[in-house]
Amino acid sequence: MAQSQAKRSLTESRLGGLSVSAGGTWATVARNDALARVQEMGLPERRDEYWKYTRPDSLTQAEVVEAAIFDGGDKEVFDGLDRLKIVFVDGVFDADASDDFALEGVAIERLSDAAAADIHWAKDLYGALETRGQTPVNRPLAALNTAAATDGIVMHVTGKVSRPINLIYHHKSKVSDAILHHLVKIDADADVTILETGPAAARLNKVMEVDVADDAGFHHVRVQGRDHERRAVTHMFARLGHRSAFKSFTMTANGVLTRNECVIELTGDDAQAHVAGAAMGDGDFLHDDTVFITHDAERCESRQVFKKVLRNGATGVFQGKILVKAGAQKTDGYQISQSLLLDGDSQFLAKPELEIYADDVACSHGSTSGAIDDEALFYLRARGVPHGTATDLLTLAFLAEAVDEVEDDALREEIVSLLEGWLERRRA
Amino acid sequence: MLNINNLHVDLEDEDKTILKGVNLSVEAGKVHAIMGPNGSGKSTLSYVLAGRDGYKVTEGSATLDGDDILDMEPEERAAAGLFLAFQYPVEIPGVGNMTFLRTAVNAQRKARGEDEMSAAEFLKVIRAKAKDLKIDADMLKRPVNVGFSGGEKKRNEILQMAMLEPRMCILDETDSGLDVDAMKLVSEGVNALRTEGRGFLVITHYQRLLDHIKPDVVHIMADGRIIKTGGPELALEVEKNGYADILAEVA
Repeated sequence: MAQSQAKRSLTESRLGGLSVSAGGTWATVARNDALARVQEMGLPERRDEYWKYTRPDSLTQAEVVEAAIFDGGDKEVFDGLDRLKIVFVDGVFDADASDDFALEGVAIERLSDAAAADIHWAKDLYGALETRGQTPVNRPLAALNTAAATDGIVMHVTGKVSRPINLIYHHKSKVSDAILHHLVKIDADADVTILETGPAAARLNKVMEVDVADDAGFHHVRVQGRDHERRAVTHMFARLGHRSAFKSFTMTANGVLTRNECVIELTGDDAQAHVAGAAMGDGDFLHDDTVFITHDAERCESRQVFKKVLRNGATGVFQGKILVKAGAQKTDGYQISQSLLLDGDSQFLAKPELEIYADDVACSHGSTSGAIDDEALFYLRARGVPHGTATDLLTLAFLAEAVDEVEDDALREEIVSLLEGWLERRRA
Repeated sequence: MLNINNLHVDLEDEDKTILKGVNLSVEAGKVHAIMGPNGSGKSTLSYVLAGRDGYKVTEGSATLDGDDILDMEPEERAAAGLFLAFQYPVEIPGVGNMTFLRTAVNAQRKARGEDEMSAAEFLKVIRAKAKDLKIDADMLKRPVNVGFSGGEKKRNEILQMAMLEPRMCILDETDSGLDVDAMKLVSEGVNALRTEGRGFLVITHYQRLLDHIKPDVVHIMADGRIIKTGGPELALEVEKNGYADILAEVA
């Protein structure tokens, strides 16, 4: 398809400010291929259907919009947890702040080290799932990431990893423009929990490619924010083998712009993919969850559970698709996206989609947008619970279905306490 | 204890008057019953006293121990000791029954300047009270009223009343939707709370409930007013002859 002049110049302008890092043969090939994909597709514009609800301008332009550093004096997320810490500051790996990479059941390397090698397992994964994820919908910012990522972590999981691996992102420069690319390759029967915390940069473009082999498990809990002016576009690409499990939950608290895309292919029978999110936005906030789950095997289960609490003009976006290919019989697909609008200025835009080519499947989807239930509020108040506390209780109750997707008790409790903190600060 | 004086109430959204001068005093230690035909304003009275939105008081007053309750927020009325057992208890998905009750108990204590109840103490107290009402651990753990049967919801109302220990209890058609066994259980729960310091206002259609919760005073309400007041025998008369005679008598 011929690109418009505007799109071409937008793309050239952005690419002009980036360089493709030198590396070993495989990495150079992968990066140049990705560069060609970006040029072929062109970067997204507002009039592109897939970006109808979210303005991509600030994510695609060459210049980073300045983002003030936010320090809410919060304690470090998950600080009470025994985890392996890998720290990035404005998108650059910080060896001093990070733990040693040695951990049983997983080989961890920095992307630049893997890329420098002429032969590396990463060759088969880097940009591979991203490329698959470009059909049927283009995701040019992910291809841009593959071409120009400056840092990242590659993990080869070979066993059941006992401690979570926590990727911690700090935002310390007002104009940082971070492009991070992580790889997670999980062998058969292996299992890992990855945590991601922090705001990362003034602008973040992050890709994580996750290859989950047969009977393997991937658990992911991400806390984005709270950092009011940062912008982020993230992509998660995953391919699931037989009987494997992919569980991902994201909590987002504020941030001027967030687009989280999740592209999952269920390629092995009896696999499970659960993607959930709880987002809280107050004021100048746009949060976009764009999810695409493809069922290409039998008896797989997928769940998309997204909840957003919006106030003071905040905007929530959900684009969620379940694609069931011919032959993917006994598919069990569930998708729900809901927003709680705490005032009349906020809005929620949702585009749920089902596309089914198999005849023996159960798929359901729902999308709602509403205010606090007056009846429930009165009931709580009639029992003596003050208005503010009652509203918070009902807000947490609204988010519960998403938060309950976090299976680990300690992680879930931490998420709940972060949500409570957000609500409490808005009541003071 | 509870004094309602010449209370006039309109529906806020419609030009409709529901209560047209209600006068009623419930003394501490007494059980008053209000009976009356459908649409007489019984439930409206209970909602207005509890502070629900949608009603406009145009005249009159309601005080609890001398304090004007109509000026208070619903939570302030609760902390002042007023409790409404709902005709239709609300289901609240996502909020655990136990969390709800503990939040309510401690919010009221805090509002009154009392110490909050510790988790351990709360657990001990609620277990004992739940047992009396045949409420099992599962019901305590489940979200508030979600998936509860009609009887379970009403028992849960009485459990809340027992935990909150209000001084003035209003029961709005607590017997509706109850079978005989459940009614007995609920009534026993209410009777256990009858003390010298506590007043009750029991709203019901039927005499049946009053066999179990014996009232001291019975009021008949019709068209937004109390039209007749008497002893327990008045309820029996209604049971036997319906409201027609009484309505005709005062007309």
